[in-house]
Amino acid sequence: MTGPTRRETLLLGAAALVPASAVAQAEAPRRGGVLTVHFATEQRILNPSLQASTGVYIVGGKIQEALLDLDAQGNPVGVLAESWESAPDGLTHVFRLRRGVTWHDGRPFTSADVQFTAMEMWKKILNYGTTLQQFLTEVQTPDPHTAIFRYERPMPQGLLLRALPDLGYISPKHVFETGDIRQNPANTAPIGTGPFRFVQYERGQFIIAERNPNYWREGMPYLDRIVWRVVPDRAAAAAQMEAGQILFSPYSSLTIADMQRLGRDPRFEVTTRGNEGNARTNTLEFNFRTPQLADIRVRRAIAHALNVPFFIENFLGPFAKVGTGPIPSVSTDYYPGADVPQYRFDQALANRLLDEAGHRRGAGGVRFSLRLHPAPWGEDIALWSTFIQQSLQQVGIRVEILRLDAAGYLRTVYHDHAFDLATGWHQYRSDPAVSTTVWYRSGSPRGAPWTNQWGWVDPRIDALIDEAATEVNPQRRRALYADFVRAVQTELPLWMPIEQIFVSVFNRRVRNGGNNPRWASSSWHDTWLAS
Amino acid sequence: MRIFRLALRRLAASLPTLLLILVGMFLLLQLAPGDTVDALMAQMGGGDPALAEELRRFYGLDLGVAARLGQYLLRLATLDLGFSAIYGKPVATVILERLPPTIMLMASALSFAFFFGLVLGVIAARRVNRWPDTLISTLGLIFYATPSFWFGLMAIVLFSVYLQWLPAGGFSDITRELSGLAAVLDIARHLVLPTLTLGLIFLAIYLRIMRASMLEVLSLDFVRTARAKGLTETRVVARHVLRNAMLPMVTLIGLQAGTMLGGSVVVESVFALPGLGRLAYESVVQRDLNTLLGIVFVSALLVIAINFLVDILYARLDPRISAES
Repeated sequence: MTGPTRRETLLLGAAALVPASAVAQAEAPRRGGVLTVHFATEQRILNPSLQASTGVYIVGGKIQEALLDLDAQGNPVGVLAESWESAPDGLTHVFRLRRGVTWHDGRPFTSADVQFTAMEMWKKILNYGTTLQQFLTEVQTPDPHTAIFRYERPMPQGLLLRALPDLGYISPKHVFETGDIRQNPANTAPIGTGPFRFVQYERGQFIIAERNPNYWREGMPYLDRIVWRVVPDRAAAAAQMEAGQILFSPYSSLTIADMQRLGRDPRFEVTTRGNEGNARTNTLEFNFRTPQLADIRVRRAIAHALNVPFFIENFLGPFAKVGTGPIPSVSTDYYPGADVPQYRFDQALANRLLDEAGHRRGAGGVRFSLRLHPAPWGEDIALWSTFIQQSLQQVGIRVEILRLDAAGYLRTVYHDHAFDLATGWHQYRSDPAVSTTVWYRSGSPRGAPWTNQWGWVDPRIDALIDEAATEVNPQRRRALYADFVRAVQTELPLWMPIEQIFVSVFNRRVRNGGNNPRWASSSWHDTWLAS
Repeated sequence: MRIFRLALRRLAASLPTLLLILVGMFLLLQLAPGDTVDALMAQMGGGDPALAEELRRFYGLDLGVAARLGQYLLRLATLDLGFSAIYGKPVATVILERLPPTIMLMASALSFAFFFGLVLGVIAARRVNRWPDTLISTLGLIFYATPSFWFGLMAIVLFSVYLQWLPAGGFSDITRELSGLAAVLDIARHLVLPTLTLGLIFLAIYLRIMRASMLEVLSLDFVRTARAKGLTETRVVARHVLRNAMLPMVTLIGLQAGTMLGGSVVVESVFALPGLGRLAYESVVQRDLNTLLGIVFVSALLVIAINFLVDILYARLDPRISAES
C-alpha cells in the first residue's frame, strides 16, 4: 500500500470524526462514569510538547491536543489542524487551524500557540522533536488560523504527517512565554484544549482530570472523569484490575503470566488492538570494539544459534512474532517484506561459521566469553537474555549476564561502551527517520542512547539514510528504505529478530477502547463506560 | 525541661554519625553508573546529546563530585535539603508529603505487632509446651518465614479480589470525595491490609521474645516470693512478671523502627501507598541524589527520636536504669 494522497487524507480525516468501532454502532454511548487507569511509572512532567514518551501521552494526551492524530486505519486525521498542504519541494507546509477552540483557561487557541510550541519546544526541547525539526527555520502566522512551516531542507510530507500525532502536541503560548519553560508549573498541571481538564496530581498516588464542558467536539467527551492510579507493582496492578479498582492497563504493564490469565477471564479483554502505532522490536546489539564481534561470521553465527520461533512460542505467547528487520510489519508504508536476508535457527551452521572465524573450542568446549547487558525494562528482555545465554552456550560461547538499572544500563552501554552484547527494545515511531535509522547512522555523539554506538561505520548505509530522510517522493522513499533494510540485514551491526506490539488490558465495561492505532496515547474523547 | 535538654544532647551526639551516613551515601551513589539525566533519557525513550548536556547543566551535574558534596553540606547546614530532580519541588516539601503514610503505617504496624506479640507471648509462656504454645509458636514461625510481598499479594487476592471487603491498594478512595470522619475511616480501611502485612513478621519476633523473656522472669526468685505471699496467678503475671519481661520488647522497638522504614518499601509498592520507602526506591533508580539524601536525613532523625523515646521508657519500666546515665 502506498500513502494516501492529500485529498484522500482529507476525506479520511472527515470520516474518522465518526466513531469507528463496531461496538459503538451497536450501542448508544452512555454518558458519565469514571475511567480508572493504571499508571505504572510516574514521569517528571506531563507535558507532551516537551517529552515524547508513552508515560506522558497516557495522561497529557487527554488534556493537550496535537495538530493531528491517527484515524482507525492509521491515516493522519486533523485535530487542531483542519487541513494541510505541502509545496512539492517539501520546503513549505501549511496548516489551517480549527476555529473556535479555547484553552482550558478560556483563552482562544491561535496560530501563535503553534508557532511558539514549534520553535521553542519541539525544535529546542522535545526529544525526537529536536531531530525532526532540526531544519525548521520559521513558522509564519499570516492570520490566527494559519501556520506555515518553512524548512531549510526538504521535509517529506509523509514523514511530517506520521510524526505529528506524537510530536505535534501544542502548548499555550500565554502560559509558557515567560520564565524557564522546563520549570513552568503547567508542566505538571497541564493546560490544554483537550476533552479533559486537569484537576489534581498527588505524586505517588493519582492524577485526576475531569470533562471539559467547552470541548470543541459537540457533546463530547462521554466520561465525567479519568483517574490515573499510580501502581508500580505489576502483580498488585493485576489484583486491582480484578477488584475493579482499575479498568484499563496500557502498554504491557502487567506481567506476561497475569496478561495471559486475565485473557481467559470473560470480564477482561487482553489485546494489542489500539497499539499498532506503538510497535517495538527486541534487539541484539553488538560491540564492534570486541574483536570477535567485528567479524561478520561471528555475528551471523550468533544469530543462527538462536531459535527465535521457539523462544516466542514458549515465553512470549501470542503477542509477539518473528521480526524480519528494523522496520516492523505494522509500518504499512515502509515495511519491505520478509524478502531480505534472514537468519534461521541452524546450530550446525553457527558452529561452522565460528570454526571458520578461527574460534576453536577450548577447555570445556568454550570458544570465547562475552558480556551481555539486558535493559531493565520489560520482562521479555530478561527472558530473552537468559535464552541468549543458554543458546550460545550450546555453540561454545560463554555469556555472562550483567543486569543494571535504567540509568546504569544507558551509561554503561551507550556512553562507556563497556559491553559485548546488549539487548533491549527499539521502539518504532511511525517513520524510520524518526526512530530507526539513528540506530545505524554513524556520527552520533558518544552517550546518545539508542543510537549507533557500536563502533561501526558504513558510508553506503549512511548515504542511504540521509537520502531517504529528505526524499519527498513517497515511492522513492519506500524503495530507499527497502534498500536500507536489505543492507543492514546483510551487515548485521545489530539484529532485531522479535517484533512486538504493546498489550492493553481492558475491563469490558470500557467501550470504544483501542479504536485507533495509538489509542492509549490519544485523547479518549469518544470513550465511554457501560454500566 | 530536663527531657528537652537530654534530647538536644542526644541529637548533638548523633551529628557525626549523621554526617558520616550522608557523605557515605553521596559517595556510594557516585559509584552507581549513570546519573539522573540518564534516568530521564530512559524514561523519555531517547533524546539528542546536546539536550542531555543542557539537562546536566540544568541539574548542576556538570560540577565535580567534591564541589557538589561541598555545596550539599553547606546547604544542609542551613537546613536546606535542596531541589528534587524528579519532582521539580524542594526536597523538604516532597518528603513532608510522603511522611504521613509512612508514619501511620509504621505506627499502626508497630502497635499491632507489639500488642499481639505481647498477648500471644504471654499466653504461650503461661501454657508452655502445651497445645496453645505449640500453635502460637508454629504460627509465629510461619509468619516469620513468609516474605512480606507474598503475604501482601495473597491478602489482596483474598480480601480484595474474592471477598471484596477491603480495597486492593492506594491510600484513599479517589473516585469519591469524602470529608471528616468518613475520610478518616476510608484511610483506615486502606491501611488494614498493609498494616497486617508489615506487622505480621514483626509480630512473630515480638511473640518469640516475649515468650522467652516471660519464661525467664517466671523462674526468678521474686516471682516465687510473690506467689508465696498468696497473690493470684493473674496478679503475679500482670504486676510482677510482665513489667520485667517488657524490657527486651522495648529494646526491640527501638531497633526495629529503622528496619520498618526500610521494610515498608516492599509493602508500600505492593499496596501502592505513597510513602517514604517507595520515594527512596524511586530516587535511587532515578539517581535523584538530593531526594535520597533528604530521606536518609529524615529517616535518621526519626530513628534517633524513637530510640530516645525508648530510653525514656526504659527508665520508667526499670527505675534502676536512668535515661541520663
